[in-house]
Amino acid sequence: MSSRSKYLMIAASLILLGVFMFPIWNINLKAPQYPEGIGLRIWVNQVTGEKEFDLKNINGLNHYIGMKAIEPDTISELKYMPFILVFFIGTGLIISFIKNKKMIFVWILLFLVVMSIGLYDFYLWGYDYGHNLDPTAPIKVPGMSYQPPVIGTKKLLNITATSLPGIGSILILISLSLAAISYFTLKKDKGELNV
Amino acid sequence: MKNRKVLISLFALIVFSVIIYNCSGSGSSGDFSDAASKVYVAPGSYDEFYAFLSGGFSGQVAVYGLPSGRMFKEIGVFSQDPETGYGYSEESKAMLMTSYGFIPWDDAHHPSLSMTSGEQDGRWLFINGNNTPRIARIDLRSFETVEIIETPNSGGNHASPFVTENTEYVVASTRFSLPIPNKDVSISSYKENFTGTVSFISVDKESGKLDLAFQILVPGFNYDIARPGKGHSHGWAFFTSYNSERANTMLEINASQNDKDFIAAVNWKKAEEYIKQGKAKTMEAEYYRNYYDAEKQTAYSEVNRKVLVLNPKDCPGMIYYLPTPKSPHGVDVDPTGEYIAAGGKLATVIPVHSFSKMIKAIEEKQFDGDVEGIPILKYDKVIAGEVEDPGLGPLHTEFDGDGYGYTSAFISSEIVKWKIGTWEVVDRIPTYYSIGHLMIPGGDTKKPWGKYVVALNKITKDRYLPTGPELTQSAQLIDITGDKMKLLLDFPTTGEPHYAQAIPAEILMKNSKRIYELEKNKNPNAVKSEKETRVVRNGNEIRVYMTASRSHFKPDNIEGIKVGDKVYFHVTNLEQDWDIPHGFAVKGLNNGELLIMPGQTKTILWEPKKVGIFPFYCTDFCSALHQEMSGYIRVSPAGSNVPVSYNK
Repeated sequence: MSSRSKYLMIAASLILLGVFMFPIWNINLKAPQYPEGIGLRIWVNQVTGEKEFDLKNINGLNHYIGMKAIEPDTISELKYMPFILVFFIGTGLIISFIKNKKMIFVWILLFLVVMSIGLYDFYLWGYDYGHNLDPTAPIKVPGMSYQPPVIGTKKLLNITATSLPGIGSILILISLSLAAISYFTLKKDKGELNV
Repeated sequence: MKNRKVLISLFALIVFSVIIYNCSGSGSSGDFSDAASKVYVAPGSYDEFYAFLSGGFSGQVAVYGLPSGRMFKEIGVFSQDPETGYGYSEESKAMLMTSYGFIPWDDAHHPSLSMTSGEQDGRWLFINGNNTPRIARIDLRSFETVEIIETPNSGGNHASPFVTENTEYVVASTRFSLPIPNKDVSISSYKENFTGTVSFISVDKESGKLDLAFQILVPGFNYDIARPGKGHSHGWAFFTSYNSERANTMLEINASQNDKDFIAAVNWKKAEEYIKQGKAKTMEAEYYRNYYDAEKQTAYSEVNRKVLVLNPKDCPGMIYYLPTPKSPHGVDVDPTGEYIAAGGKLATVIPVHSFSKMIKAIEEKQFDGDVEGIPILKYDKVIAGEVEDPGLGPLHTEFDGDGYGYTSAFISSEIVKWKIGTWEVVDRIPTYYSIGHLMIPGGDTKKPWGKYVVALNKITKDRYLPTGPELTQSAQLIDITGDKMKLLLDFPTTGEPHYAQAIPAEILMKNSKRIYELEKNKNPNAVKSEKETRVVRNGNEIRVYMTASRSHFKPDNIEGIKVGDKVYFHVTNLEQDWDIPHGFAVKGLNNGELLIMPGQTKTILWEPKKVGIFPFYCTDFCSALHQEMSGYIRVSPAGSNVPVSYNK
């Protein structure tokens, strides 16, 4: 493995540490009563409000339409996602030293699979959250569900919800790109075995 | 042809005259098209200044925006505020305690912003209670009254609470002299028994805590308005006085006989030295200090019983009298600290004293006798100049920082602009009607913001749609950016505003509190979640620990209350969202309502007198299901055995 592709792979692994520092997904809500906006931040290990009390306030508002309260402690994904991330950081670092092109490929593929499962899981969570409503809720609009979009903007009664990847996701994409470059760099340099 | 031109001209003149005639209601003539754009603050935009107008006999402070003249808020200070429950709730009642008991009203005159280095720092607003002498401190993060201290040995706390350059002190004095200590004497023994006091109330640099540091006994004149010095006159404070005749009846005649009364110049740094030297005597005096504990969200009273008193006879060099024509009212120090302008309300000139001349006259002992050991300085040795033709009844002066003074003239109902140094009147503008105070943003500081002067008028008459015999008071906004003053706006005010203060919005708005953090709520009766709500009986005392959140109370059904019980509702607003207060009101409750801010706990006492079912509800439209935010209390006869129960 060339030193260039090795360093790229090290970078691809270490940049994932940044995912602990930034939200991976942002859901921003706009409503007449919230001129400054109110929002959710989904991290690899927690769900928070955009501002200090946003989560509490979103939960407060959501009870009117019968949505479940978002209680980060009860979302099991938030418990094991950090381990998955640590797994990719660890294996990425190991691969960068083992200099095995196939392993880089597997690493990228596995990462993409896990990401797809993650996104699907996020969709399912949003679906449950938006459809599984308390039948005694005070506000019932026939045919209305409140599933936030995975990506994009959707009008939910008085609220316009916009859901977009956060900096954490961008870091993941950068990591994958670096790994891919590492992979192709190695291809060009095939046969070289110097460390 | 020529005739036709003349005819057209004549016709035009008649039309023009008719237009002029129709427009010439009081002061409504003139072109205001330009003015409109200067006071228009577009929807959603902010005013440039916050203005704080005293409520006068409403006992409150009103907050306005300038230049729009829009009112934002009334702050309960010396008066109970039915809107917020201030002075009604158990947590706030202590704020209105005095040595005479609970007094839910006063006459609030002079708002005064805290300063650092002679400039507004946006921390606190002080205001005096004139009737039962008190001084209040308002926190400008919450816009709430957080402290009220009584000033003992005082009657008519008018010359307060003017702030020294670094808010070391707020000063006060007696408009009405009294026997000190107060006692049962004949009123006609005024000259032998009545004394005035000048008070210095210290302000803690960090917490703002008020303490009556010391009082100075002064001859029994009526001390009217005060201003501390600034810059090189920092360390001194100036108090006007009238009634140097020491009349005790029909003051309007008997106190208007002397050609000159006095400005008392008090060297408070010297007073501090005399206190260090042990020259002060400790006097018995009962006075309250009420303070708001922000963590416990509760006001407490402490009773003080001693005050340090200085007698000028023991303290040479601490006070001098500056002779000043005639029954002076206002005393205002220019931004440099050199000039002290007096509003001799019956005088024909505005006398302006010079601080450095005063110091020189003191050094040269240029005295003209004394009053009870207080030297009287020679008028011509201290006067810097006299503003001639200043209008009738000059009262107060503010400064624009560009070398001009602006003096209100009550009788001739105008503002007169004059130049410092030449003492020439350069402009004048009528006011509608009978202006009292006037205010330039920062016009009493070392760094005036200028731009506007606000006329605070005493008489309104025909300025607005009539509302029966009692009319609103009126303020007027005048542009002072040009050579000529220009009237921009009339706006109504509540109560009777005396003085006012204004500060750039950007200094305050960034610190303005939005909610109280529930986590930091240390009110002993707070409940932080619905799980903790409960109703507890202890003898005939019932305590309801209740929560409010959109759109329900917990509990909302309470039984087991009996006639004769004392029911304390401790209501915590669980919200942590901006501008979501909840109200709480009970049918037949002989007190007021509660208005509870997010994260706050407030308590109201109910002593039910009748048997039956009593609804309670949220009074502040909080949410789409606000109308559903209600509950019932069952009141059973005294002695019945209905157990306490409630739902969760």
